[in-house]
Amino acid sequence: MENYFVLPFTVGTVILFSILLVKYALWISKLSKIDKLRIVQSIFSRRTLSAIKECFMECLIHRRIFKRNILLGYMHMSLAFGWFLLIVVGHIEWVVYSGTFVTYPWNSIFFQYFVHESFPGEKIMANIMDFLLLFVLSGVLLAYFKRINSRMYGIKKTTKLKPRDRMTMCALWLIFPLRLLAEGATASFYHNGGFLTNSVGRFFEWIQISHTTEEILWWSYSISLGVFFVGLPWSRYMHIFTEVLLIGIRSTGVKLKKEFNSYSRIQVYSCSRCGICIDVCQMHISNISNNQSVYILKNIRDQNLTDRKLFNCLLCGRCEQACPVNINLNDLRISQRIRATKEYNSDYAFLKTLPVEQPVEDKTPEVIYFAGCMTHMTPGIKKSVLKVLEKANVNYQFMDKDKGACCGRPLMLAGQYEAAKKLIAHNREKILESGASTLLVSCPICYKVFKDDYELGQISIKHHSEYFLELVEQGKITLKKSDKSIVYHDPCELGRGCGVYEPPRNLLKMTGNLQSIQQEKVNSLCCSGSLGDLCLSMSDRNTIKAETLKVLLNQNPDMLATACPLCKKTFVKGVDIQVKDIAEIVAESMEN
Amino acid sequence: MRNFGFATTKSRTVDYSKIDTRLIGYILENEPTFNACLSCGSCTAICSAGNLTNFNIRKLSLLIRLGELEKIHTEIDKCMLCGKCLLECPRGINTRNVIMLIKKGLTIFDIKDQE
Ligand code: SF4
Ligand code: SF4
Ligand code: SF4
Ligand code: SF4
Repeated sequence: MENYFVLPFTVGTVILFSILLVKYALWISKLSKIDKLRIVQSIFSRRTLSAIKECFMECLIHRRIFKRNILLGYMHMSLAFGWFLLIVVGHIEWVVYSGTFVTYPWNSIFFQYFVHESFPGEKIMANIMDFLLLFVLSGVLLAYFKRINSRMYGIKKTTKLKPRDRMTMCALWLIFPLRLLAEGATASFYHNGGFLTNSVGRFFEWIQISHTTEEILWWSYSISLGVFFVGLPWSRYMHIFTEVLLIGIRSTGVKLKKEFNSYSRIQVYSCSRCGICIDVCQMHISNISNNQSVYILKNIRDQNLTDRKLFNCLLCGRCEQACPVNINLNDLRISQRIRATKEYNSDYAFLKTLPVEQPVEDKTPEVIYFAGCMTHMTPGIKKSVLKVLEKANVNYQFMDKDKGACCGRPLMLAGQYEAAKKLIAHNREKILESGASTLLVSCPICYKVFKDDYELGQISIKHHSEYFLELVEQGKITLKKSDKSIVYHDPCELGRGCGVYEPPRNLLKMTGNLQSIQQEKVNSLCCSGSLGDLCLSMSDRNTIKAETLKVLLNQNPDMLATACPLCKKTFVKGVDIQVKDIAEIVAESMEN
Repeated sequence: MRNFGFATTKSRTVDYSKIDTRLIGYILENEPTFNACLSCGSCTAICSAGNLTNFNIRKLSLLIRLGELEKIHTEIDKCMLCGKCLLECPRGINTRNVIMLIKKGLTIFDIKDQE
């Protein structure tokens, strides 16, 4: 039989789908019972429809990558969407030709090899197919160029490859040029095919290629497909199918857990190594280029993640915000830290022996104020918060006035989850005991852990910017506007971490002229002081800080405002102008 | 003995050839900035855990340097990793990393507290 050349393709396809089936079944079976129930319950709901739409927009069109950079988006789209259409339209071509719907896949994939006679609609179909092939080829060409010059694609650095990845990538790069040549070779004998393959065919006719060459080309095409399919599950291209799985599971409401589980694994395998996260990471400023999220995900897959890489990250969330696959990069990294430090969590036995403080007055406070370690480091902020509370006549209790335990977020960031739970339980009890209806915090680091992990029920948790804005709106304090120009720095934990962008800005608009800057809100830069990083040296921190300050102070404002004691403390040591927390600004602008 | 209202510490000697350097070696290898510690005690003065207990991070780092590891475990477990010491340290030492390394080192070398 002369059709043996379809074997590499067929074997590759069978192997690929068997592996995918086994892997995915295993991953899904390892999800928690509740998560599995979620999936079963929402299979026939409207969520599935929106998931299908998302798959179309992200896995085929790559809308989010387009938003970042048009060229990069086009490259991803032409490869994914183009190939997808080649398969679909190729099948339609077979249906038009044979009148039957079901066939062996190789009949439509290698259509031009098998079908030489003409049939109604042949020319149109062939031309559409050629157009699609051209579309995909343009993407392949862009991919070649990206390896040579990634800057064109808005990406300064591109990922480093392993031999395994390189082999699969070469197979992918060869598939479509070989398809063009093979189809061209057949066209040189039978004059089938559209504008593109036919032109190649005419050239082949002119140089008079033999049937053996034609066979060799079809064999090569089939082999490149087979190699790509077999290599796919072990290479970065695993993301092609896994992203579909991820979108499906995510749409059912499954969330990442603290500890690394099989849903985390699905996220890890969904990374396309597009490299977008490498570029947004500020660590480059200090020439650190081995710890970015894409490398961490790769190390998790290859099981060779080192502590140094794992703990050298600000957890600023910039990469997570930019990731087109929406992988929860911060929590994923934290889950690895939890795994790495699991053996030595403290139990804070001393908390039980602390003397219980009796409240001075026995009336129930309306607000319980938790300053946190960082606010205690910046007495100016603490005093200002208290001043505002007094002025507005708020009935409050100062929870950690003299002796307070840490909120637990720094432990969380370091992966000390079990230890953090002990502090959380201790503080939670105090908060609930107070009877207050509002928990006021003046540090975004505390705010984040209170919001995410404390489960305080009815108690509303407020960052001081949110709370002070309410006080203004209720007329309990009034603010004086000055003509100072102010630039606001979004703290990572408050902005990207908790989505609070507007309240501080609204307050600043009431007290001065708020200038907007280039990189703000979701795109804001990290001050470099983050507790998320355990091993970044002070000099590296300072280098990163200097760059952030350049962006912030670009328009020479009179004052730099922030809403985090740690950001303030970090910036103060680097500038000549005033750096103030929103609490200090509000306290100073209050009318008597 | 008569009670003078104060006590003197027992005289002691340190034999440098017999110091247990496993832990300090491990820390310095992974966080070389710890070399620059001048035992100023700023970290201890500001410490959140020190505010709640008798935890003394400066003393602990001295004991570790001397290889006296009998009581490190219980003590280091009091640190809440809050990071105040990091902001206060005049030498820019990554104190939080030092603390994590102490914890990890104790686990690696299986060093337990002695009564
Ligand atoms: S983590 Fe996200 S942004 Fe980074 S390479 Fe992977 S897919 Fe791209
Ligand atoms: S969280 Fe920030 S510092 Fe860490 S890898 Fe992402 S961008 Fe870089
Ligand atoms: S503040 Fe720094 S230099 Fe001073 S004792 Fe602590 S770690 Fe050492
Ligand atoms: S991190 Fe530990 S040693 Fe440092 S101030 Fe906080 S509790 Fe004290």
